[in-house]
Amino acid sequence: MSGSGSGDGEEFVGWEEKPKPYIFYKDRPEWSDVQPVPQNDGPNPVVCIAYTPKFQDVYDYFRAIVHRNERSSRALKLTEDAAILNPANYTVWAYRRSIINDLKSDLDEELKLSTKMVFEHPKNYQIWFHRMAIIDWLKDPGDELSFIASVLELDSKNYHAWQHRQWLIRKFNLWEGELEFVSSLIDRDIRNNSAWNQRYFVISNFKDINSTDIVESEVEYSLNKIRLTPNNESPWNYLRGILQSQCLYKNTSLRAALDTMVNNNICSPFLEEFRVDIIEEQLEDGIGNKDELLDVAKDILDNLSNTLDTIRVNYWNYRLKKINRQYSNAADVE
Amino acid sequence: MNTVDVKLPTDAVKDLLLKQHIKFIESYNSETNHYEYTMTEYLRISGIYWCVTAMDLMDSIDKLDREAIVGFVLDCQMECGAFRPCPGHDPHIICTLSAVQILITFDALNKMNIDACINYIISLQCKDGSFTGDSVNGEIDTRFTFCAVATLSLLNRLNDTINVDSAVEFIHLSSNFDGGFGVRPGSESHSGQVYCALGTLALLGRLSEIDADQLGWWLCERQLPSGGLNGRPQKLPDVCYSWWVLASLAIINRLHWISKNKLVEYILACQDMETGGFSDRPGDWPDPFHTLFGLAGLSLLGYNDGRSLAKVNPVYCMKESRLEDSGISIPTNYYS
Repeated sequence: MSGSGSGDGEEFVGWEEKPKPYIFYKDRPEWSDVQPVPQNDGPNPVVCIAYTPKFQDVYDYFRAIVHRNERSSRALKLTEDAAILNPANYTVWAYRRSIINDLKSDLDEELKLSTKMVFEHPKNYQIWFHRMAIIDWLKDPGDELSFIASVLELDSKNYHAWQHRQWLIRKFNLWEGELEFVSSLIDRDIRNNSAWNQRYFVISNFKDINSTDIVESEVEYSLNKIRLTPNNESPWNYLRGILQSQCLYKNTSLRAALDTMVNNNICSPFLEEFRVDIIEEQLEDGIGNKDELLDVAKDILDNLSNTLDTIRVNYWNYRLKKINRQYSNAADVE
Repeated sequence: MNTVDVKLPTDAVKDLLLKQHIKFIESYNSETNHYEYTMTEYLRISGIYWCVTAMDLMDSIDKLDREAIVGFVLDCQMECGAFRPCPGHDPHIICTLSAVQILITFDALNKMNIDACINYIISLQCKDGSFTGDSVNGEIDTRFTFCAVATLSLLNRLNDTINVDSAVEFIHLSSNFDGGFGVRPGSESHSGQVYCALGTLALLGRLSEIDADQLGWWLCERQLPSGGLNGRPQKLPDVCYSWWVLASLAIINRLHWISKNKLVEYILACQDMETGGFSDRPGDWPDPFHTLFGLAGLSLLGYNDGRSLAKVNPVYCMKESRLEDSGISIPTNYYS
């Protein structure tokens, strides 16, 4: 609604500007020198595809410029139209890059277009790959980390965004601050598996995953999150990952924490699985009373099969058979 | 427990609607004014592979126009040896695998330029053992490793072509702390990538190098209370993961670690009663991609004791008897 409306004599033009009429390429005088190339479905078209006239027109001209090997600024604009019409067409994006390369186009402008397209098609491989190429050419990460953060704001598990982030961090050495970023995402959604994966990425590449201090603090971090969501797969997997080169049963604080959970009647298949893993380790190293350990393992696995995680009954039975086969004297398998 | 899942509708489909699926695939190929069909041109040849294989699993391949399809596929082979998805598009390793799969299904492999194709695939391998998807862009993905290895295997040329050790090395580098595999080293574990990694290792005879118990557990954890399978923790189930996860478990001989009955229930519920075809989850639109993987999943599960559908091969996702007829060696026991 225009300002005050009445009395000022201004013409009301409505909410939006009238859109400029779209002119087909075949009607643009500046393109009159180009002969459009129609779609050729080959001698054996599996189906005759009906395109919209606009789509057909843009792609007739795209085929023409590829045929002519034209790499001009008008060709660049054409590839933009073609990409917008079908962003998954990797041929268009590849050709656009070759034009950008030849013309030494404004990469910052290109990044702006890329940003627009990422938000419109956040799961499109080609768009993300194109963006990576632009940044690679720019040799400067700029505000890319916060851009990716804003994409993750909309979808915190966007696989492409996370991959792009990992590439960026590796390429430009942007490790500083990433752990804090990851922690903030985990705070927001403790079940975000992508964030947990990123945590491992940072710890294993940037920190010293073998340092006792790091391991201890990461174990504590994981347990804190586990206490909040004991049935959340991600921190359990992460915990296992952090401790993969360690002896679980020797970790007294870990065992104390798990015992506390058991005593507090926490019901979690992941907790129970972890307990079995520790028992198996002890059996392997000949620690503790074998029969007692086997009994506890059996109780846990029976509970999992029958009550706690019945959908995976066959897996839990396998674990029981395996543990008995390896360590039991009796032929008490199943 | 898991907070992200679907609830199967109470009136969910309980039987396999084979006739409707056959009609669905048939009509998909003859649809003309189909916006989505236009927009998916960049994967046309893979789309044809999904349709062809779905029909083959339903023992209805004669309903398709063999000449037209084979002609189209052959027309998609470029001078460089690789296949493009459709005229007007650049070639890619994914399209190349689809093309070879289609040609084998129609017993027309001898019509393509095999040597050129092999040379192209060899040229895609990088120093670190990974594969790019094509010769123009530099995108690396464990999917491309699988496509390269599977294509070479189907062409019976795995020996003396690519560097097997480095290819395997790259797969291992892409494995994660949870036992799964991602797109590239460091990337989050994802069921589709796990399938690609395991398929690759199976074909290269290197399955013994992974911890099948750990990975098998990660895979069977994909099963949600609804019975469906997801691609990674805390994501919704999707019928295509009935393939990626299931085939992965089959490859490491742990298919029984998921609840078969519950998964069958989920897959059947993803059928569209009106149009035929399967969708990702109950109530969504069906498409050939999910139709193939719904059928393949049921086949792998031995639905109806194998009477409804042909037996599918878990590595190639093709009718097993097709592979046998073509003389492609299929290890019967991938992992003990």
